[in-house]
Amino acid sequence: MQIYLPIAEVSVNAFLLLGLGGIVGILSGMFGVGGGFLMTPLLFFIGIPPAVAVATEANQIVASSFSGVLAHFKRKTVDFRMGTVLLVGGLIGAALGVVVFNYLKSLGQVDLLVKLCYVVFLGVVGGLMFIESLNAIRRTNAPAGTAPRKRKNHTWIHALPFKMKFRVSGLYISVIPPVIVGVVVGILAAIMGVGGGFIMVPAMIYLLGMPTKVVVGTSLFQIIFVTAFTTMLHATTNYTVDMMLAVLLLVGGVIGAQIGTRIGAKMKAEQLRILLALMVLGVCSKLALDLLLTPSELYSIGLGGH
Amino acid sequence: MLRAFLIALLLATPAAAQNLVLGLSESEVAITTTFDGSDILVFGAIKHESAVTQEAKLDLIVTVKGPDQATTVYRKDRRFGIWVNAATVEVDAAPSFYAIETTRPIADILGDEADRYYEITLPRVIKPSAEGHGNNDVALFTEALMRIRQDANKYQLREWDAALIDNTLFRTDVELPANLVEGAYEVSVFLLKDKKVISTYSTVLDVRKAGLERWMYNLSRQQPFYYGILSLIIAISAGWGASAIFRVFQR
Repeated sequence: MQIYLPIAEVSVNAFLLLGLGGIVGILSGMFGVGGGFLMTPLLFFIGIPPAVAVATEANQIVASSFSGVLAHFKRKTVDFRMGTVLLVGGLIGAALGVVVFNYLKSLGQVDLLVKLCYVVFLGVVGGLMFIESLNAIRRTNAPAGTAPRKRKNHTWIHALPFKMKFRVSGLYISVIPPVIVGVVVGILAAIMGVGGGFIMVPAMIYLLGMPTKVVVGTSLFQIIFVTAFTTMLHATTNYTVDMMLAVLLLVGGVIGAQIGTRIGAKMKAEQLRILLALMVLGVCSKLALDLLLTPSELYSIGLGGH
Repeated sequence: MLRAFLIALLLATPAAAQNLVLGLSESEVAITTTFDGSDILVFGAIKHESAVTQEAKLDLIVTVKGPDQATTVYRKDRRFGIWVNAATVEVDAAPSFYAIETTRPIADILGDEADRYYEITLPRVIKPSAEGHGNNDVALFTEALMRIRQDANKYQLREWDAALIDNTLFRTDVELPANLVEGAYEVSVFLLKDKKVISTYSTVLDVRKAGLERWMYNLSRQQPFYYGILSLIIAISAGWGASAIFRVFQR
Protein backbone atom coordinates (compact mmCIF):
# COMPACT_ATOMS: atom_id res chain seq x y z
CA MET A 1 0.00 0.00 0.00
CA GLN A 2 1.52 3.30 -1.13
CA ILE A 3 1.23 6.22 1.24
CA TYR A 4 1.98 9.87 0.54
CA LEU A 5 4.18 11.63 3.11
CA PRO A 6 3.06 15.27 3.48
CA ILE A 7 6.38 16.83 4.49
CA ALA A 8 8.82 14.61 2.59
CA GLU A 9 6.50 14.91 -0.46
CA VAL A 10 7.21 11.39 -1.62
CA SER A 11 5.03 8.32 -1.86
CA VAL A 12 6.36 5.14 -0.24
CA ASN A 13 5.09 1.70 0.71
CA ALA A 14 3.50 1.76 4.18
CA PHE A 15 4.43 -1.88 4.97
CA LEU A 16 8.05 -1.25 4.08
CA LEU A 17 8.13 1.54 6.67
CA LEU A 18 6.36 -0.59 9.30
CA GLY A 19 8.83 -3.43 8.68
CA LEU A 20 11.87 -1.18 8.88
CA GLY A 21 10.52 0.29 12.11
CA GLY A 22 10.00 -3.19 13.59
CA ILE A 23 13.45 -4.57 12.80
CA VAL A 24 15.23 -1.46 14.01
CA GLY A 25 12.99 -1.45 17.11
CA ILE A 26 14.10 -4.97 18.08
CA LEU A 27 17.75 -3.92 17.85
CA SER A 28 16.99 -0.77 19.81
CA GLY A 29 15.51 -2.75 22.69
CA MET A 30 18.28 -5.34 22.65
CA PHE A 31 21.23 -2.99 22.67
CA GLY A 32 19.87 0.16 24.25
CA VAL A 33 20.69 2.16 21.17
CA GLY A 34 18.08 4.32 19.50
CA GLY A 35 18.57 2.49 16.23
CA GLY A 36 18.91 5.78 14.39
CA PHE A 37 22.34 4.89 13.02
CA LEU A 38 20.63 2.12 11.05
CA MET A 39 17.32 3.80 10.28
CA THR A 40 18.61 7.11 8.97
CA PRO A 41 20.77 5.56 6.21
CA LEU A 42 17.91 3.16 5.36
CA LEU A 43 15.58 6.14 4.93
CA PHE A 44 18.13 7.73 2.58
CA PHE A 45 18.15 4.51 0.54
CA ILE A 46 14.36 4.46 0.07
CA GLY A 47 14.35 8.03 -1.19
CA ILE A 48 13.43 10.18 1.81
CA PRO A 49 15.23 13.55 1.59
CA PRO A 50 18.18 13.52 4.08
CA ALA A 51 16.98 16.58 6.00
CA VAL A 52 13.56 14.97 6.54
CA ALA A 53 15.11 11.60 7.43
CA VAL A 54 17.35 13.10 10.11
CA ALA A 55 14.62 15.22 11.73
CA THR A 56 11.91 12.55 11.61
CA GLU A 57 14.23 9.88 12.93
CA ALA A 58 14.88 12.03 16.01
CA ASN A 59 11.12 12.02 16.63
CA GLN A 60 10.87 8.28 16.10
CA ILE A 61 13.73 7.59 18.53
CA VAL A 62 11.73 9.38 21.26
CA ALA A 63 9.03 6.73 20.88
CA SER A 64 11.24 3.66 20.73
CA SER A 65 13.43 4.88 23.60
CA PHE A 66 10.39 5.67 25.74
CA SER A 67 9.02 2.21 25.21
CA GLY A 68 12.45 0.75 26.05
CA VAL A 69 13.11 2.88 29.13
CA LEU A 70 9.82 1.88 30.77
CA ALA A 71 11.00 -1.71 30.78
CA HIS A 72 14.25 -0.56 32.41
CA PHE A 73 12.38 1.48 35.05
CA LYS A 74 10.66 -1.70 36.13
CA ARG A 75 13.97 -3.50 36.51
CA LYS A 76 15.47 -0.45 38.28
CA THR A 77 18.38 -0.24 35.86
CA VAL A 78 18.31 3.54 35.30
CA ASP A 79 20.78 5.88 37.03
CA PHE A 80 18.69 9.08 37.09
CA ARG A 81 21.48 11.19 38.53
CA MET A 82 23.95 10.21 35.83
CA GLY A 83 21.21 10.49 33.22
CA THR A 84 20.47 14.08 34.23
CA VAL A 85 24.15 15.07 34.08
CA LEU A 86 24.44 13.50 30.60
CA LEU A 87 21.23 15.27 29.61
CA VAL A 88 22.54 18.73 30.47
CA GLY A 89 25.43 18.15 28.09
CA GLY A 90 23.09 16.63 25.52
CA LEU A 91 20.83 19.67 25.29
CA ILE A 92 23.82 21.99 24.75
CA GLY A 93 25.17 19.64 22.09
CA ALA A 94 21.85 19.34 20.25
CA ALA A 95 21.54 23.11 19.95
CA LEU A 96 25.10 23.32 18.57
CA GLY A 97 24.40 20.43 16.21
CA VAL A 98 21.31 22.02 14.63
CA VAL A 99 23.30 25.20 13.97
CA VAL A 100 26.05 23.15 12.26
CA PHE A 101 23.47 21.10 10.32
CA ASN A 102 21.73 24.19 8.94
CA TYR A 103 25.11 25.64 7.95
CA LEU A 104 26.13 22.48 6.07
CA LYS A 105 22.76 22.42 4.33
CA SER A 106 23.40 25.89 2.99
CA LEU A 107 26.71 24.62 1.58
CA GLY A 108 25.06 21.70 -0.24
CA GLN A 109 27.44 19.23 1.41
CA VAL A 110 25.21 17.92 4.17
CA ASP A 111 24.93 14.48 2.58
CA LEU A 112 28.65 13.89 2.36
CA LEU A 113 29.41 15.19 5.83
CA VAL A 114 26.62 13.16 7.42
CA LYS A 115 27.98 10.04 5.70
CA LEU A 116 31.56 10.83 6.65
CA CYS A 117 30.47 11.28 10.27
CA TYR A 118 28.83 7.86 10.12
CA VAL A 119 31.87 6.13 8.66
CA VAL A 120 34.30 7.69 11.14
CA PHE A 121 32.21 7.27 14.29
CA LEU A 122 30.84 3.86 13.48
CA GLY A 123 34.26 2.60 12.39
CA VAL A 124 36.10 3.73 15.49
CA VAL A 125 33.41 2.77 18.00
CA GLY A 126 32.58 -0.55 16.33
CA GLY A 127 36.25 -1.51 16.05
CA LEU A 128 37.04 -0.70 19.68
CA MET A 129 33.98 -2.52 20.97
CA PHE A 130 34.70 -5.58 18.88
CA ILE A 131 38.28 -5.92 20.16
CA GLU A 132 37.24 -5.25 23.75
CA SER A 133 34.43 -7.81 23.69
CA LEU A 134 36.69 -10.42 22.14
CA ASN A 135 39.17 -9.85 24.97
CA ALA A 136 36.38 -10.04 27.54
CA ILE A 137 35.16 -13.35 26.16
CA ARG A 138 38.71 -14.72 26.11
CA ARG A 139 39.15 -13.66 29.75
CA THR A 140 36.02 -15.45 30.92
CA ASN A 141 37.11 -18.56 29.03
CA ALA A 142 40.58 -18.52 30.55
CA PRO A 143 41.22 -20.69 33.65
CA ALA A 144 40.10 -19.01 36.85
CA GLY A 145 42.59 -17.30 39.14
CA THR A 146 45.08 -16.25 36.49
CA ALA A 147 43.95 -12.62 36.26
CA PRO A 148 41.77 -11.29 39.07
CA ARG A 149 39.47 -8.60 37.70
CA LYS A 150 40.92 -5.24 38.58
CA ARG A 151 38.83 -2.28 39.67
CA LYS A 152 39.22 0.64 37.23
CA ASN A 153 42.53 2.34 37.91
CA HIS A 154 42.77 5.89 39.09
CA THR A 155 43.19 7.83 35.85
CA TRP A 156 43.10 11.52 34.92
CA ILE A 157 39.32 11.35 35.19
CA HIS A 158 39.54 10.95 38.93
CA ALA A 159 41.71 14.03 39.25
CA LEU A 160 39.02 16.36 37.88
CA PRO A 161 37.02 18.67 40.17
CA PHE A 162 33.20 18.83 40.74
CA LYS A 163 32.92 15.29 42.00
CA MET A 164 29.51 13.79 42.51
CA LYS A 165 28.22 10.55 43.94
CA PHE A 166 26.30 8.30 41.57
CA ARG A 167 24.86 5.65 43.88
CA VAL A 168 23.11 3.45 41.32
CA SER A 169 26.31 3.19 39.26
CA GLY A 170 28.50 2.93 42.37
CA LEU A 171 30.70 5.79 41.20
CA TYR A 172 32.22 8.90 42.72
CA ILE A 173 33.55 10.93 39.82
CA SER A 174 33.70 14.43 38.38
CA VAL A 175 30.68 15.65 36.39
CA ILE A 176 32.93 17.02 33.62
CA PRO A 177 33.44 13.77 31.64
CA PRO A 178 29.70 12.86 31.58
CA VAL A 179 28.78 16.41 30.50
CA ILE A 180 31.31 16.23 27.64
CA VAL A 181 29.98 12.82 26.60
CA GLY A 182 26.50 14.37 26.63
CA VAL A 183 27.55 17.30 24.44
CA VAL A 184 29.15 14.99 21.84
CA VAL A 185 26.05 12.79 21.78
CA GLY A 186 23.78 15.83 21.43
CA ILE A 187 25.73 17.11 18.42
CA LEU A 188 25.53 13.70 16.78
CA ALA A 189 21.79 13.49 17.49
CA ALA A 190 21.17 16.72 15.65
CA ILE A 191 23.52 16.15 12.70
CA MET A 192 23.16 12.43 12.08
CA GLY A 193 19.60 11.75 13.21
CA VAL A 194 20.75 9.21 15.78
CA GLY A 195 20.08 8.80 19.47
CA GLY A 196 23.81 8.51 20.01
CA GLY A 197 23.58 5.30 22.03
CA PHE A 198 26.25 3.68 19.90
CA ILE A 199 28.79 6.19 21.17
CA MET A 200 27.30 6.83 24.63
CA VAL A 201 27.10 3.17 25.68
CA PRO A 202 30.82 2.48 25.10
CA ALA A 203 31.75 5.87 26.60
CA MET A 204 29.79 5.03 29.75
CA ILE A 205 31.38 1.60 30.05
CA TYR A 206 34.99 2.37 29.18
CA LEU A 207 35.37 6.06 29.99
CA LEU A 208 33.10 6.52 33.01
CA GLY A 209 33.41 2.94 34.21
CA MET A 210 29.68 2.43 34.75
CA PRO A 211 28.36 -1.12 35.27
CA THR A 212 26.99 -2.56 32.02
CA LYS A 213 23.70 -3.37 33.76
CA VAL A 214 22.64 0.28 34.20
CA VAL A 215 24.24 1.61 31.03
CA VAL A 216 21.41 0.74 28.64
CA GLY A 217 18.56 2.18 30.73
CA THR A 218 20.48 5.34 31.59
CA SER A 219 21.44 6.01 27.98
CA LEU A 220 17.81 5.54 26.87
CA PHE A 221 16.74 8.00 29.58
CA GLN A 222 19.12 10.65 28.24
CA ILE A 223 18.30 9.90 24.59
CA ILE A 224 14.56 10.55 25.07
CA PHE A 225 15.06 14.12 26.18
CA VAL A 226 17.85 14.97 23.75
CA THR A 227 15.97 13.62 20.72
CA ALA A 228 12.75 15.34 21.86
CA PHE A 229 14.66 18.61 22.02
CA THR A 230 16.22 17.93 18.60
CA THR A 231 12.79 17.20 17.14
CA MET A 232 11.52 20.55 18.35
CA LEU A 233 14.54 22.38 16.93
CA HIS A 234 14.21 20.75 13.50
CA ALA A 235 10.42 21.23 13.47
CA THR A 236 10.66 24.93 14.22
CA THR A 237 13.71 25.87 12.11
CA ASN A 238 13.64 23.49 9.12
CA TYR A 239 10.01 22.23 9.05
CA THR A 240 11.40 18.79 8.26
CA VAL A 241 9.65 16.54 10.80
CA ASP A 242 7.24 14.29 8.89
CA MET A 243 4.55 13.15 11.33
CA MET A 244 3.12 10.57 8.96
CA LEU A 245 6.53 8.98 8.41
CA ALA A 246 7.26 9.07 12.14
CA VAL A 247 3.96 7.36 13.04
CA LEU A 248 4.56 4.49 10.61
CA LEU A 249 8.12 3.98 11.81
CA LEU A 250 7.20 4.13 15.48
CA VAL A 251 4.26 1.74 15.29
CA GLY A 252 6.73 -0.89 14.08
CA GLY A 253 9.46 0.49 16.32
CA VAL A 254 7.73 0.42 19.71
CA ILE A 255 6.55 -3.16 19.24
CA GLY A 256 10.03 -4.19 18.16
CA ALA A 257 11.63 -2.44 21.13
CA GLN A 258 9.47 -4.43 23.59
CA ILE A 259 10.51 -7.69 21.99
CA GLY A 260 14.13 -6.55 21.85
CA THR A 261 14.30 -5.63 25.55
CA ARG A 262 13.18 -9.15 26.46
CA ILE A 263 15.72 -10.78 24.15
CA GLY A 264 18.45 -8.50 25.54
CA ALA A 265 17.69 -9.45 29.15
CA LYS A 266 18.32 -13.13 28.35
CA MET A 267 21.72 -12.59 26.75
CA LYS A 268 25.15 -12.11 28.34
CA ALA A 269 26.65 -8.62 28.26
CA GLU A 270 29.69 -9.79 26.25
CA GLN A 271 27.50 -11.40 23.62
CA LEU A 272 25.40 -8.25 23.35
CA ARG A 273 28.45 -6.09 22.94
CA ILE A 274 30.04 -8.25 20.25
CA LEU A 275 26.76 -8.34 18.30
CA LEU A 276 26.38 -4.59 18.53
CA ALA A 277 30.00 -4.15 17.41
CA LEU A 278 29.39 -6.33 14.35
CA MET A 279 26.25 -4.40 13.41
CA VAL A 280 28.02 -1.07 13.76
CA LEU A 281 30.91 -2.29 11.60
CA GLY A 282 28.49 -3.62 8.98
CA VAL A 283 26.69 -0.31 8.54
CA CYS A 284 30.03 1.48 8.55
CA SER A 285 31.50 -0.60 5.72
CA LYS A 286 28.34 -0.25 3.61
CA LEU A 287 28.53 3.54 3.87
CA ALA A 288 32.28 3.55 3.28
CA LEU A 289 31.86 1.50 0.10
CA ASP A 290 29.27 4.01 -1.16
CA LEU A 291 31.84 6.75 -0.78
CA LEU A 292 34.73 4.75 -2.24
CA LEU A 293 33.21 2.93 -5.20
CA THR A 294 32.44 4.74 -8.44
CA PRO A 295 28.74 5.64 -8.29
CA SER A 296 26.51 4.54 -11.18
CA GLU A 297 25.09 8.06 -11.45
CA LEU A 298 27.59 10.86 -10.97
CA TYR A 299 24.96 13.56 -10.95
CA SER A 300 22.38 14.33 -8.31
CA ILE A 301 19.65 16.93 -7.93
CA GLY A 302 19.08 19.27 -5.04
CA LEU A 303 16.28 21.76 -4.67
CA GLY A 304 16.82 25.44 -4.22
CA GLY A 305 19.68 27.64 -5.29
CA HIS A 306 22.42 28.83 -3.02
CA MET B 1 -14.32 4.45 -24.81
CA LEU B 2 -15.32 6.90 -27.51
CA ARG B 3 -18.73 7.27 -25.92
CA ALA B 4 -17.27 7.94 -22.51
CA PHE B 5 -15.07 10.49 -24.15
CA LEU B 6 -17.99 12.21 -25.85
CA ILE B 7 -19.98 12.28 -22.62
CA ALA B 8 -17.00 13.78 -20.84
CA LEU B 9 -16.79 16.32 -23.63
CA LEU B 10 -20.43 17.28 -23.07
CA LEU B 11 -20.23 17.38 -19.28
CA ALA B 12 -17.12 19.46 -19.01
CA THR B 13 -17.42 23.05 -20.00
CA PRO B 14 -14.44 23.50 -22.27
CA ALA B 15 -13.01 26.95 -22.58
CA ALA B 16 -12.94 28.26 -26.10
CA ALA B 17 -9.91 29.73 -27.83
CA GLN B 18 -9.87 31.20 -31.23
CA ASN B 19 -10.11 27.82 -32.84
CA LEU B 20 -9.23 25.30 -30.13
CA VAL B 21 -11.38 24.04 -27.30
CA LEU B 22 -9.85 22.07 -24.48
CA GLY B 23 -11.13 20.18 -21.46
CA LEU B 24 -9.68 18.08 -18.66
CA SER B 25 -11.24 15.04 -17.05
CA GLU B 26 -10.53 16.66 -13.68
CA SER B 27 -10.02 20.32 -12.92
CA GLU B 28 -8.03 19.54 -9.78
CA VAL B 29 -5.94 16.74 -8.36
CA ALA B 30 -6.21 16.15 -4.60
CA ILE B 31 -3.15 14.62 -2.93
CA THR B 32 -4.59 12.52 -0.13
CA THR B 33 -2.85 10.03 2.16
CA THR B 34 -3.29 7.16 -0.28
CA PHE B 35 -2.51 9.24 -3.39
CA ASP B 36 -0.82 6.93 -5.86
CA GLY B 37 -0.61 9.02 -8.99
CA SER B 38 -3.43 9.98 -11.29
CA ASP B 39 -4.37 9.79 -14.96
CA ILE B 40 -5.67 12.97 -16.51
CA LEU B 41 -7.58 12.89 -19.76
CA VAL B 42 -6.91 15.94 -21.92
CA PHE B 43 -9.43 16.31 -24.73
CA GLY B 44 -10.80 18.91 -27.08
CA ALA B 45 -11.81 19.88 -30.57
CA ILE B 46 -10.57 22.08 -33.37
CA LYS B 47 -12.89 24.56 -35.02
CA HIS B 48 -12.14 25.03 -38.68
CA GLU B 49 -12.83 28.35 -40.30
CA SER B 50 -12.11 27.19 -43.84
CA ALA B 51 -11.97 23.90 -45.68
CA VAL B 52 -8.27 24.39 -46.32
CA THR B 53 -7.17 23.67 -42.75
CA GLN B 54 -9.44 20.68 -42.65
CA GLU B 55 -7.63 19.13 -45.61
CA ALA B 56 -4.15 19.91 -44.34
CA LYS B 57 -1.96 17.50 -42.43
CA LEU B 58 -2.30 18.71 -38.85
CA ASP B 59 -0.40 17.60 -35.75
CA LEU B 60 -0.82 18.17 -32.07
CA ILE B 61 1.40 18.55 -29.03
CA VAL B 62 0.01 18.50 -25.48
CA THR B 63 2.25 19.56 -22.60
CA VAL B 64 1.65 19.43 -18.86
CA LYS B 65 4.10 21.49 -16.83
CA GLY B 66 4.44 21.45 -13.04
CA PRO B 67 5.60 24.42 -10.97
CA ASP B 68 9.09 25.73 -11.72
CA GLN B 69 11.70 25.21 -9.03
CA ALA B 70 15.17 26.60 -8.55
CA THR B 71 17.30 23.46 -8.74
CA THR B 72 20.95 22.62 -8.17
CA VAL B 73 22.64 19.81 -10.08
CA TYR B 74 25.71 18.30 -8.43
CA ARG B 75 28.39 16.21 -10.07
CA LYS B 76 30.52 13.89 -8.01
CA ASP B 77 34.23 13.61 -8.47
CA ARG B 78 36.89 11.59 -6.72
CA ARG B 79 38.72 13.68 -4.14
CA PHE B 80 41.19 12.08 -1.73
CA GLY B 81 39.82 8.69 -2.71
CA ILE B 82 36.18 9.37 -1.95
CA TRP B 83 33.37 10.54 -4.21
CA VAL B 84 32.17 14.00 -3.27
CA ASN B 85 29.97 16.63 -4.93
CA ALA B 86 32.72 18.60 -6.65
CA ALA B 87 30.91 20.64 -9.29
CA THR B 88 27.51 22.27 -9.35
CA VAL B 89 25.29 23.99 -11.86
CA GLU B 90 22.36 26.04 -10.73
CA VAL B 91 19.22 25.89 -12.77
CA ASP B 92 17.06 28.97 -12.22
CA ALA B 93 13.87 27.26 -13.26
CA ALA B 94 13.25 23.60 -13.91
CA PRO B 95 9.69 22.26 -13.85
CA SER B 96 9.03 19.71 -11.13
CA PHE B 97 7.04 17.76 -13.71
CA TYR B 98 6.89 17.93 -17.48
CA ALA B 99 5.01 15.71 -19.90
CA ILE B 100 4.93 16.02 -23.68
CA GLU B 101 2.39 14.03 -25.69
CA THR B 102 2.49 14.22 -29.48
CA THR B 103 0.68 12.75 -32.45
CA ARG B 104 3.95 11.97 -34.32
CA PRO B 105 7.70 12.11 -33.47
CA ILE B 106 8.36 15.60 -32.20
CA ALA B 107 11.30 16.21 -34.54
CA ASP B 108 9.00 15.68 -37.55
CA ILE B 109 6.27 18.08 -36.48
CA LEU B 110 7.95 20.87 -34.52
CA GLY B 111 10.30 23.35 -36.15
CA ASP B 112 13.23 24.89 -34.29
CA GLU B 113 11.84 28.39 -34.63
CA ALA B 114 8.46 27.44 -33.19
CA ASP B 115 10.18 25.59 -30.34
CA ARG B 116 12.30 28.61 -29.53
CA TYR B 117 9.24 30.86 -29.45
CA TYR B 118 6.83 28.59 -27.58
CA GLU B 119 9.42 26.76 -25.42
CA ILE B 120 8.03 23.29 -25.88
CA THR B 121 10.90 20.79 -25.70
CA LEU B 122 12.78 20.16 -22.43
CA PRO B 123 16.04 21.92 -23.37
CA ARG B 124 13.97 25.05 -24.04
CA VAL B 125 12.00 24.72 -20.81
CA ILE B 126 14.95 24.22 -18.46
CA LYS B 127 16.90 27.40 -17.91
CA PRO B 128 20.35 27.07 -16.38
CA SER B 129 21.83 30.23 -14.93
CA ALA B 130 24.58 31.85 -16.93
CA GLU B 131 27.59 30.32 -15.24
CA GLY B 132 28.32 27.05 -13.49
CA HIS B 133 30.80 26.68 -10.66
CA GLY B 134 34.04 24.88 -11.39
CA ASN B 135 33.12 23.63 -14.85
CA ASN B 136 32.23 24.82 -18.29
CA ASP B 137 29.91 22.12 -19.55
CA VAL B 138 26.53 23.28 -18.30
CA ALA B 139 24.90 21.17 -21.02
CA LEU B 140 26.12 17.95 -19.39
CA PHE B 141 24.42 18.97 -16.16
CA THR B 142 21.08 19.83 -17.72
CA GLU B 143 21.24 16.54 -19.64
CA ALA B 144 21.82 14.74 -16.35
CA LEU B 145 18.89 16.58 -14.78
CA MET B 146 16.65 15.44 -17.64
CA ARG B 147 17.96 11.87 -17.50
CA ILE B 148 17.40 11.52 -13.75
CA ARG B 149 13.92 13.01 -13.89
CA GLN B 150 13.01 10.91 -16.93
CA ASP B 151 14.01 7.76 -15.05
CA ALA B 152 11.77 8.90 -12.18
CA ASN B 153 8.88 9.41 -14.65
CA LYS B 154 8.83 13.10 -13.82
CA TYR B 155 9.76 14.12 -17.33
CA GLN B 156 7.86 12.22 -19.99
CA LEU B 157 7.97 12.28 -23.76
CA ARG B 158 5.23 10.16 -25.33
CA GLU B 159 5.34 10.39 -29.10
CA TRP B 160 2.33 8.94 -30.96
CA ASP B 161 0.36 9.08 -27.69
CA ALA B 162 -1.95 11.93 -28.58
CA ALA B 163 -4.80 11.02 -30.91
CA LEU B 164 -6.19 13.44 -33.49
CA ILE B 165 -9.38 12.18 -35.14
CA ASP B 166 -10.47 13.60 -38.50
CA ASN B 167 -8.40 16.72 -37.85
CA THR B 168 -11.16 17.72 -35.41
CA LEU B 169 -11.23 15.81 -32.17
CA PHE B 170 -8.20 15.12 -30.02
CA ARG B 171 -7.49 13.33 -26.80
CA THR B 172 -4.56 12.10 -24.78
CA ASP B 173 -3.93 10.60 -21.34
CA VAL B 174 -1.32 12.14 -19.06
CA GLU B 175 0.00 9.96 -16.29
CA LEU B 176 0.83 11.95 -13.15
CA PRO B 177 3.24 10.06 -10.85
CA ALA B 178 2.72 9.68 -7.09
CA ASN B 179 5.56 12.03 -6.12
CA LEU B 180 3.86 15.25 -7.17
CA VAL B 181 4.72 18.72 -6.01
CA GLU B 182 1.79 20.99 -5.12
CA GLY B 183 0.91 23.90 -7.35
CA ALA B 184 -0.64 25.04 -10.60
CA TYR B 185 0.05 22.68 -13.50
CA GLU B 186 -0.13 24.31 -16.88
CA VAL B 187 -1.80 22.21 -19.57
CA SER B 188 -1.10 23.51 -23.09
CA VAL B 189 -2.18 22.33 -26.52
CA PHE B 190 -0.27 23.30 -29.63
CA LEU B 191 -1.78 22.76 -33.07
CA LEU B 192 0.89 22.40 -35.73
CA LYS B 193 1.02 22.56 -39.49
CA ASP B 194 4.21 22.45 -41.58
CA LYS B 195 6.31 22.50 -38.40
CA LYS B 196 4.70 25.76 -37.29
CA VAL B 197 2.32 26.39 -34.41
CA ILE B 198 -0.93 27.66 -35.90
CA SER B 199 -2.97 27.71 -32.70
CA THR B 200 -2.44 27.20 -29.01
CA TYR B 201 -4.50 27.08 -25.86
CA SER B 202 -3.60 26.71 -22.16
CA THR B 203 -5.47 25.93 -19.01
CA VAL B 204 -4.52 25.22 -15.42
CA LEU B 205 -4.78 22.00 -13.46
CA ASP B 206 -4.67 22.55 -9.71
CA VAL B 207 -2.68 19.99 -7.74
CA ARG B 208 -3.05 20.35 -3.99
CA LYS B 209 -2.80 18.37 -0.79
CA ALA B 210 -6.17 17.54 0.76
CA GLY B 211 -7.58 16.28 4.04
CA LEU B 212 -5.05 15.03 6.60
CA GLU B 213 -2.11 15.83 4.31
CA ARG B 214 -3.26 19.44 3.95
CA TRP B 215 -3.81 19.78 7.70
CA MET B 216 -0.40 18.37 8.67
CA TYR B 217 1.42 20.43 6.08
CA ASN B 218 -0.28 23.68 7.13
CA LEU B 219 0.29 23.00 10.81
CA SER B 220 4.00 22.29 10.24
CA ARG B 221 4.45 25.63 8.44
CA GLN B 222 2.08 27.88 10.37
CA GLN B 223 2.35 26.47 13.90
CA PRO B 224 5.71 24.67 13.90
CA PHE B 225 5.94 24.74 17.68
CA TYR B 226 2.61 22.99 18.22
CA TYR B 227 3.39 20.64 15.33
CA GLY B 228 6.61 19.64 17.13
CA ILE B 229 4.80 19.17 20.45
CA LEU B 230 2.10 17.09 18.77
CA SER B 231 4.77 14.89 17.13
CA LEU B 232 6.30 14.30 20.55
CA ILE B 233 2.95 13.55 22.22
CA ILE B 234 2.18 10.97 19.53
CA ALA B 235 5.65 9.46 19.90
CA ILE B 236 5.52 9.23 23.70
CA SER B 237 1.98 7.89 23.86
CA ALA B 238 2.82 5.27 21.23
CA GLY B 239 5.88 4.25 23.23
CA TRP B 240 3.96 4.13 26.49
CA GLY B 241 0.98 2.37 24.86
CA ALA B 242 3.11 -0.40 23.42
CA SER B 243 4.78 -0.92 26.78
CA ALA B 244 1.38 -1.11 28.55
CA ILE B 245 0.01 -3.57 26.02
CA PHE B 246 3.04 -5.85 26.42
CA ARG B 247 2.64 -5.79 30.22
CA VAL B 248 -0.92 -7.07 29.81
CA PHE B 249 0.29 -9.88 27.59
CA GLN B 250 2.95 -10.90 30.08
CA ARG B 251 0.54 -11.54 32.91
